[in-house]
Amino acid sequence: MGEAIVITSGKGGVGKTTTTANIGAGLAQAGSKVALIDADIGLRNLDVVMGLENRIVYDLVDVVEGFAKLRHALIKDKRFENLQLLPAAQTRDKTAVSPEQMKDLVETMKEEFDYVLIDSPAGIEQGFKNAVAGADKALVVATPEVSSVRDADRIIGLLEAYEKHKPYLIINRIRPAMVKRGDMMDIDDMIEILAIELIGVVPEDEAIVISTNRGEPAVMNQNSRAGEAYRQITRRLRGEEVPFPKLEEESSLFGRIRRMMGLKG
Amino acid sequence: MFDLFARVFGREDASKDVAKERLRLVLMHDRGSLSPQALEDLKNDLLTVISKYLDIDQEGFQVDFSRHDESMALVANIPIKRRRV
Ligand SMILES: Nc1ncnc2c1ncn2[C@@H]1O[C@H](COP(=O)(O)OP(=O)(O)OP(=O)(O)O)[C@@H](O)[C@H]1O
Ligand SMILES: [Mg+2]
Repeated sequence: MGEAIVITSGKGGVGKTTTTANIGAGLAQAGSKVALIDADIGLRNLDVVMGLENRIVYDLVDVVEGFAKLRHALIKDKRFENLQLLPAAQTRDKTAVSPEQMKDLVETMKEEFDYVLIDSPAGIEQGFKNAVAGADKALVVATPEVSSVRDADRIIGLLEAYEKHKPYLIINRIRPAMVKRGDMMDIDDMIEILAIELIGVVPEDEAIVISTNRGEPAVMNQNSRAGEAYRQITRRLRGEEVPFPKLEEESSLFGRIRRMMGLKG
Repeated sequence: MFDLFARVFGREDASKDVAKERLRLVLMHDRGSLSPQALEDLKNDLLTVISKYLDIDQEGFQVDFSRHDESMALVANIPIKRRRV
C-alpha cells in the first residue's frame, strides 16, 4: 500500500506544480513507483512542467466518470519507467469531481504505486477539498512573504481540521542574499510563525525557469541548487535523515568583489 | 560590519522584522476568528444554554471578538432581566 501526498499552499503561484513535478521525478529516480495526479481541473499545468503535454488522451474526469480506464489515462514518462501522470481535465471545472470520488481514485492508485502525489489548485474551495480528500500527508509550499505565509497558516488550520497527518513545510524561492541583509524572513522565522515541521528549503533558481521551458524537472540537473534541494526532500520523504545545509549565497560578481575587498563577514 | 554600519547610521529596521510583526498580528486575528455563520451558531447555542438559568434580554445580547494587546478575546454582553432558578 502506497502513500498519498498532497502538495498545497493556499496562495497561487508559489510553486506547487514545480514542487510536485520535481519531487515526483526525484522519487522515481530514486527507484520508487510514482503516480502524479494533476488536481487543478480547468487549469492543468503539471503536464507541461513534466514535458508530457503531447501524450494526453484521457484525463482525471474521464476516469472518474467511467468514460476511460485508469490505465488508459495514465501517461508513462519515457525518462523514468516507474513514473506516470494522470492529467487534469482542461475543459471542465472543479465541480466535475467530488471529494469522495477523489478519495476512491487515490485509494485505488495507492494499491499500485509507492507514492501518489497530488498537485492541488490554489484556494480553499472545492478544488482544494478534492485534492486533500485522499491524501495521507500534506506538504505546504510557502514563499518567505507576508501574504504567502498568511495563506499557508490558513491552509494548515484547515488541514488540521480535516485531521490529515501533520503537514510539512516547504519554503520555496528563498534568496540567501536578501535573508543575509535582513530583507527576507529566514528559515527559523517561518518555522516559528507556522509552527510545523520543515521538510525542504528550495532557493530561488533560474534553473527552474529553464527546466520548465524544456519540460525537464530541475531535479534531473545535477548543477542546479533547486534541483539539489528537491533531491534532499525526496530522500527525506523516503525516510532518510538528511541535515539541512546552511543557506549559501549565490556568487554574484558584486559579491565576489566585495569579498575580495574584505568588506564582507 | 557593513550592515551594522548601515543600521547605526539611520537605516530603517530590517524589513523582515516588520514583516514578522505584521504577520504576528494578522495571524492572531485570523486564527481567533470564526466565520459569520459559525459566530451566529455560537450565539444561538449560548442563548439556549444561558436561557436555562436566566431570563435575558435577547435584543441586547451581543457576542463578538475583540483584540486585547497580545491575544484575541470573545466578549459577550448579556443583559439580564431576572433569574429563573
Ligand atoms: N525556486 C524557484 N525559483 C525560480 N522560479 C520558481 C521557483 N519555484 C517556482 N518558480 C516559478 O514560479 C512560477 C509559479 O510556479 P508554479 O506554477 O509551480 O506555482 P503553483 O503554486 O503551482 O501555481 P498555481 O497556484 O497557479 O497552480 C513558475 O513560473 C515557476 O517557474
Ligand atoms: Mg499549479
